[in-house]
Amino acid sequence: MTQRGLLGAFGVCALALLAGSAARAHERATPLRICADPNNLPFSDSAQRGFENRIASLVGNELGRPVTYTWWAQRRGFARNTLNAGACDLIVGTASGAELMATTRPYYKSSYMFVSRRDRRLGVRSFDDPALRHLKIGVQLVGDDFANTPPVHALANRGITKNVVGYMIYGDYAHAAPERRVVDAVERGDVDIAVVWGPLAGYLAQRSPVPLDLVPVSPRLDLPYLPFVFDIAMGVRRRDTTFRNQLDSIIQRRQPSIDSILTVYGVPLLSLGGVREAQ
Amino acid sequence: MLIDRPTHDACMRRHGDHRPNAALHGEVIRTASLGVLALGAGLAVASCHPEPSRPARSVNATRGSAPAAGTAPLAADDGQWVRPAKDFASTRFSALDEINTANVSRLRVVSTFSTGVERGHEAAPIVVGGTMYVVTPFPNFVYALDLTKPGLPIKWKYNPKPEAASQGVACCDVVNRGAVYDDGKIFFNTLDDHTIALDAATGKPVWDTKVGDIQIGETITMAPLVVKGRVLVGDSGGEMGVRGWLKGLDESSGKVVWTAYHTGPDKDVLIGPSFKAFYAKDRGKDLGVSTWPPDMWKIGGGTMWGWISYDPALDLIYYGSGNPGPWNPDVRPGDNKWSTTIFARRPETGEAVWGYQLTPHDVHDYDGINEQILIDLPIGGRTRHVLVRPERNGYVYVIDRTTGEVISAQPYGYVNSSSGVDIKTGLLAANPEKAPAVGKVVRDICPAAPGTKDWQPSAYSPRTGLVYIPHQNLCMDEEGVAANYIAGTPYVGMNVKIFAGPGGNRGVFEAWNPATGREVWSIKEDLPVWSGTVVTAGDLAFYGTMDGWFKAVDARTGALLWQFKTGSGIIGQPITYRGPDGHQYVAVLSGIGGWAGAIVAGGLDSRDSSAAAGFVNAVRDLPSRTTKGGMLYLFAL
Repeated sequence: MTQRGLLGAFGVCALALLAGSAARAHERATPLRICADPNNLPFSDSAQRGFENRIASLVGNELGRPVTYTWWAQRRGFARNTLNAGACDLIVGTASGAELMATTRPYYKSSYMFVSRRDRRLGVRSFDDPALRHLKIGVQLVGDDFANTPPVHALANRGITKNVVGYMIYGDYAHAAPERRVVDAVERGDVDIAVVWGPLAGYLAQRSPVPLDLVPVSPRLDLPYLPFVFDIAMGVRRRDTTFRNQLDSIIQRRQPSIDSILTVYGVPLLSLGGVREAQ
Repeated sequence: MLIDRPTHDACMRRHGDHRPNAALHGEVIRTASLGVLALGAGLAVASCHPEPSRPARSVNATRGSAPAAGTAPLAADDGQWVRPAKDFASTRFSALDEINTANVSRLRVVSTFSTGVERGHEAAPIVVGGTMYVVTPFPNFVYALDLTKPGLPIKWKYNPKPEAASQGVACCDVVNRGAVYDDGKIFFNTLDDHTIALDAATGKPVWDTKVGDIQIGETITMAPLVVKGRVLVGDSGGEMGVRGWLKGLDESSGKVVWTAYHTGPDKDVLIGPSFKAFYAKDRGKDLGVSTWPPDMWKIGGGTMWGWISYDPALDLIYYGSGNPGPWNPDVRPGDNKWSTTIFARRPETGEAVWGYQLTPHDVHDYDGINEQILIDLPIGGRTRHVLVRPERNGYVYVIDRTTGEVISAQPYGYVNSSSGVDIKTGLLAANPEKAPAVGKVVRDICPAAPGTKDWQPSAYSPRTGLVYIPHQNLCMDEEGVAANYIAGTPYVGMNVKIFAGPGGNRGVFEAWNPATGREVWSIKEDLPVWSGTVVTAGDLAFYGTMDGWFKAVDARTGALLWQFKTGSGIIGQPITYRGPDGHQYVAVLSGIGGWAGAIVAGGLDSRDSSAAAGFVNAVRDLPSRTTKGGMLYLFAL
């Protein structure tokens, strides 16, 4: 923390020094153009209520550039139509190493979570728990070209298909937080348990009218290769390496502030090195 | 150049209707049309009523004599092209022969028109009387162009202003496959799920019905069909967890009269007492529920974004449903009915009369939405009323359209994902070695996901007895390891790579004898042939290539007789018609895009081999061979 603080102070000084020339002043005035979904809470929305909006503002402040947005629904073609079409320059949250772009150092790690009502006291921690053979399980689905969310595959690999209920990840775009339906189903008792990506699960659990239990799934890596824990980074165009390096140093400097934002939104955080529980 | 008064007067006399037709006053066409007068009452309807200001009532009076098929006289008249498939049988055949094998070398461009839209142009232009109607890809402009004047002046333009968000929701490209004319109105669908009826004369909306919900991933790209007072419309978006349907809207009010779902209980699928499947595998109660794990049918796909045909004698419509989704194949054991199923239904009520599932438990994205050509064939010493369907799974099915019995199913390209169709049981013999699974790499699956043929419609010539099939020759590798989707982050699909099949050519234009189940001739095209086709009594078949060549070939031999390089790749449906001057014209929309051309229209990264669900890998060279931009071309001698 102290070390990061020092680095941060140094960075701000360095920026102030660099800002002297006219060219740099112009650079500073250039808007930081963010590619984001206008309706994707807790990540982003057009009223800038998502944690990615908050992180974007933080980055804008660091760069001394005003933040503007290019809005596009977060689904197939998102990166193509926004970042890679040159309509904007930064995707705030993407899987580290995503193919369609260059990614920064990761700034958080989270996990898929088992989500259930606390009053059910299910205690499920593993995909190998025999209870999953009879419980009604909610999962999110993404598309029909054979790739799906990891829990769908993990359950199918164990022959669990008959008691699985699917909710499209895109949900009903007419409503705020379209992805929330799978957690709504847990709250209402339509399903007994759901397997949900941490940031979404954590945010919705904070706001749930009934107490929910969130448990990171295990195994974290289902064999042969099915990860449930992901590093999240920022994404820029492949050729924008200088910009990426700038972002890397901002992330390094401002990691504590980013952590605070994520914690406020209930994102279950794993340490980028080890376990780091959120408050 | 003459004022077209004689023809106009002749029309009015036939109908006993002497009201002045304002839109014809002072209009100039190239020549007086003697041919028009010779073609009888059916044509009189066509040549008179479509002119803009004629009230629909006079059309209705004429239609009263042939209620079973309102536009049948129009379709029979080669001066018109009232729907993308030309006639209810979907032959895409024109009896015009002014342009023929002897003179096609003199075919030349007579006019062009820029649509102002840069995405993939898959539509067929529609011709009614002296007007051509064109619907563009998103944002789905509709243009009415005046064929009676030089230079195709715009009569009107309609902008439906679809929701911008619908672009991000549509799966492949934001295409539209065309409008349809009936009873004084132009009907078309918008990407954001509106079916709209426009007054053909003025372009003013008569009604506008929202039939789906873009917010849950439903979009519409298909061309509607109007049959017996019903406007038939289906949805797209199987990969978005949409439950597929076909709806019948009341033609005059736009009200949804019936909805037939393609998954779920019989009552939702409109399967009732008169349903009789030919094969045992398609019989049983509520198969749309029992052939899925519990509740999965609720978001099970089976959309309908392709073609519908109609047989007035049997009073049945025919169409197929799309692939099951969005569940992975290993999660949805069972046949997953009624995905990839051909249905025969009553147009007025939607009631299913028979159904036949083509690809039970599809694992390769073999959507079953292709066209069905309705013809009568001599088979086994008797005439069979059949539908001919070049299917995505690689077989040309010849099916008895009264019963749903498969008479033959022969491969028209290289197929290894299955080994044939047992016509005794109706079962496709799937090859388990080519089924994808998580953690498994499956190579050389043929055909690839777009199938041996995708949406691009075939044509049939009664003169040659052949079906002309534009299609692709593509195989694919699948790596089922990319189960890495994370909510709220950019989508990364599975690793699918599509590439040229045996022979190295990616496309084929093929003449097929449906009576023998054999190829007669074929043309290898370097790129996938993603355009439609039209065949004429001049024994010419026209089609386009993805790098922009528009070609005329000899329908009997396949010899290339003429070609012209248009401004952009062609994925549209060519048509031909007799113009107001009595001469034959050929029209096609140029404008690359669609699933196959998204690499250009969508500016995809050619290094990203799995983009556009793997199709980019197959057409990496396309950006260096064509550029985007929608343009209508009109050809004549």
